[in-house]
Amino acid sequence: MQWTDQAVVLGIKRLGEASVVAEVMSRAHGRHLGIVRGGRSRAMQPVLQPGNLVELTWRARLDEHLGEFRIEPIRLRAAKLMEAATSVYGVQALAVLLRLLPERDPHPHLFEALDVILDHMEDPAEAGELFIRFEIAVLNDLGFGLDLSQCAATGGNDDLAYVSPKTGRAVSRSAGEPYADKLFALPPFLTRTGGGADFSALAEAFRMTGYFLHRHVYEPRGLEASAARDGFVQAALKRLKTGETALPERPASALSSSAQKDGLADARLRQPPLLRETATSRSSEPADAATAASCPPDPRMSHSPAASDGAGLDINDPEPR
Amino acid sequence: MAKRVTGPEIEKLIQLLAKVPGLGPRSARRAALHLVKKKDQLLGPLADAMGEAHRKVRICSCCGNIDTVDPCSVCTDVQRDRSVIIVVEDVSDLWALERTGAMNTAYHVLGGVLSPLDGIGPDDLNIASLVDRVAEGAVRELIIAVNATVEGQTTAHYITDRLDGLEVKITRLAHGVPVGGELDYLDEGTLTAALKARTAF
Repeated sequence: MQWTDQAVVLGIKRLGEASVVAEVMSRAHGRHLGIVRGGRSRAMQPVLQPGNLVELTWRARLDEHLGEFRIEPIRLRAAKLMEAATSVYGVQALAVLLRLLPERDPHPHLFEALDVILDHMEDPAEAGELFIRFEIAVLNDLGFGLDLSQCAATGGNDDLAYVSPKTGRAVSRSAGEPYADKLFALPPFLTRTGGGADFSALAEAFRMTGYFLHRHVYEPRGLEASAARDGFVQAALKRLKTGETALPERPASALSSSAQKDGLADARLRQPPLLRETATSRSSEPADAATAASCPPDPRMSHSPAASDGAGLDINDPEPR
Repeated sequence: MAKRVTGPEIEKLIQLLAKVPGLGPRSARRAALHLVKKKDQLLGPLADAMGEAHRKVRICSCCGNIDTVDPCSVCTDVQRDRSVIIVVEDVSDLWALERTGAMNTAYHVLGGVLSPLDGIGPDDLNIASLVDRVAEGAVRELIIAVNATVEGQTTAHYITDRLDGLEVKITRLAHGVPVGGELDYLDEGTLTAALKARTAF
């Protein structure tokens, strides 16, 4: 058995003195594990850092075997990810989310979204918004998708302002107003009209996705909430609150002030555009990467109870805001 | 099945030596044979030394270092600058930094790094005692000297968050070109970090 694919490294576990078991998220083969002989060598250690994009060849005698990876680097961004708390917590939190998926189950749109998010970790607002969309996409792939496209009570898709914690469906402002204290506020950036991912919108969005992840995934599986996610949320909100958008951490050096300014300007120039623009501008990449990560999940593809039973807004929602 | 050529005592010695890092079954067999051949000059003293180390070795209650006394030799050294603490992942890192002789400071050994894949969380590391040491107020600077890995840097950021609000300067090791390193073989991130942290010539 042998295949070659692109993948993002999620983590490694030591195996003996010289080898490691690498965990990757591959484009066509999903989350996959494999042995990397000599993975603890000086040459391979930088390549096997979480977040790096690699090309790998998996080989095994039988399909059910763990198998071995042969890895070649494509884009090594781990060093860049290490520069800020947001990105270093973010890559770990994304890996924790992907570990919720079954092994060897292909999710090509999640791979595409992961690759784009890891390139946009510098700005806390962008990273936060993309992370929320990724969490919603993971929930969707796990069968618990949120339906944020139309009002659960009226069926309309205008002025959507709330999300029902009971059904995971959007609710319009007029229908949800009497029960506002029991509903999540729908972050503007998740609506069709769009909006900025500011501090309050992101804080509410993190609360909302955290609630649904806990209810549908962590609690039934008996898992603890991800500490890496908490770290990412706190780091992103902290930077948004203090108004930092560029990387705050700078390595200690004996640079002159002008040289430091040059470096900062370079970093700002390199800041990439939003996920939507990036995904659409990459003509060679599949379109569903942008669809999955930038739009609310399509209710027709959702297997959530809310979508299947057609239930609308439940005014007896027990969970308070 | 191969016949046993030695007694169970020597077989047990070979099996235990094979668990030492750097030794496999074959090299453990060679080492055991060498020890047995030099029974009085090597095996006896080695057994005594290992027995004594086993009896006396302990983990320093202050910094997490391994020594035969508690507090350890580093913590009781009055010549060291106690206002600066270097935080390392493991005792081997402490020994490596001590070999450089670059700084004569106190240390704190974490005992690992945060690793979600291995299930290692903050409670499994020696972080709470570090926060207590800093909170006492005598520490001026904390140098976080963890490995330049994503897990190491996650731990560094976690420690920084835990120390938020305390009056201490927190620094970390520079990332860049290693001595003997060729630019052609370095990854983009390391080169970027090295360029950003360039120094006046």
